[in-house]
Amino acid sequence: MNLKLKIWRQKNAATKGKIVNYDINEVSSDMSFLEMLDVLNADLTEKGDEPVSFDHDCREGICGSCSLQINGRPHGPDGGTTTCQLHMRKFKDGDSIVIEPFRAKAFPIVKDLIIDRSAFDRVQHAGAFVSVNTSGNTQDANATPINKGDADNAFDAASCIGCGACVAACKNASAMLFVSAKVSQYALLPQGQVEREKRVTDMISQMDEEGFGACTNTGACEVECPKGISITNIARMNREFIKSNLKS
Amino acid sequence: MSFILSSIGKKVAMSLSAFFLISFLLLHVAINFLSVVSERMYNEASHFMGTNPIIQFVMQPILILGVLFHFTLGFVLEFQNKSARPVKYEMKNNQLNSSWLSRNMIYSGLVILAFLGLHFYDFWIPEIQYKYIEFQDPNRHRYFAELTHKFEDPTRVGFYTVSFILLMMHLLHGFQSAFQSLGVNNKFAPGIKKTAWAFSVAIPLTFVFIALFHHLKH
Ligand code: SF4
Ligand code: FES
Repeated sequence: MNLKLKIWRQKNAATKGKIVNYDINEVSSDMSFLEMLDVLNADLTEKGDEPVSFDHDCREGICGSCSLQINGRPHGPDGGTTTCQLHMRKFKDGDSIVIEPFRAKAFPIVKDLIIDRSAFDRVQHAGAFVSVNTSGNTQDANATPINKGDADNAFDAASCIGCGACVAACKNASAMLFVSAKVSQYALLPQGQVEREKRVTDMISQMDEEGFGACTNTGACEVECPKGISITNIARMNREFIKSNLKS
Repeated sequence: MSFILSSIGKKVAMSLSAFFLISFLLLHVAINFLSVVSERMYNEASHFMGTNPIIQFVMQPILILGVLFHFTLGFVLEFQNKSARPVKYEMKNNQLNSSWLSRNMIYSGLVILAFLGLHFYDFWIPEIQYKYIEFQDPNRHRYFAELTHKFEDPTRVGFYTVSFILLMMHLLHGFQSAFQSLGVNNKFAPGIKKTAWAFSVAIPLTFVFIALFHHLKH
């Protein structure tokens, strides 16, 4: 199929970017979206033009490196999918596709479609860890019984890959879904209890400092999240935060 | 960071002030509805609300502060949230992931604010003038006639109806969302959501019904 691509090009964080149009022909419907961009880049390189920079790593939906706002939706039109797992069969011959970076003040653009998501790392550093006994006789984690419901919910929360699609989808560029997934995965498990109260306040204060917006419960994040993280985690985080503040 | 300055703290404050304002709306609609049932009961209730010192000098200022607080914080949040995305998307497709109502609370809120301005001008200012500036005779039978007189004007009834539809839209997202902000998400959450939706439709429609009832009766 032949496609018209409208791609955001931006030299670096300091320069202004703009949409540039590209025609790409003979795209196979079996290609992944990123493979289609690889083909475009091969063409551009051959012509002596600068290839389009975009993030990727595992290309199997687990690392959270890929991003892209495709036709106004993070990770494209397919539900529960990362951009690397999106296939060209979701598009038709003659389609025009707008490709932009995830946009948020807290995710500055590095180049073209590459954004700096280190704000997420800093939020995690603020509290997404547990105390571990390093004396040499560390207890096996499986020795602590955990009820099935909590274990399942913690596991679901832990499946967040930190891609940032929730921020990209939110009209407020809020990171609440991501942060709530991290808070929940520890709050639900016995290992997470030691830092429970401090964790939520520290992570929220880092999240606010990074310049993410506040949640207005539109629910866009959970619709666009490739891992199906639910906004019940946000309610849990709100609860954790209120409780932690009431206690201190 | 202090609780109230944090993003979640502001949301909690929004929710609590919303609950306060919704409880006031419930009381207001209940009293207005008396005007449909019986002139005498409406006059009695209005007279009580209008002359009881606790309601006049404690509850009324708290209510005004509550309204101001909810609106001001709403604007602050909107401003902060807008600035979290300084460069806009070239293409948006938000309608596929969220409801129009949830994304446009600021606009439904602004119309309600405009309506409140008119409502103050229409009912509250004349009432304050009557009671506390001109010190007119506290006639306990005047309220019903005043109310029905206001609803004779079709333009007022029209604007009133539009405003309450906007209020309905604001409540449809806001009421149930306030529970989520406060962290309510247990097995009762789906039931709470449906009840909140029912209230969000019923309260404004009852206000509209009362206005139309008096308008058509006249
Ligand atoms: S919550 Fe979902 S959308 Fe947000 S970072 Fe995690 S996986 Fe990505
Ligand atoms: S490249 Fe790893 S999730 Fe897409």
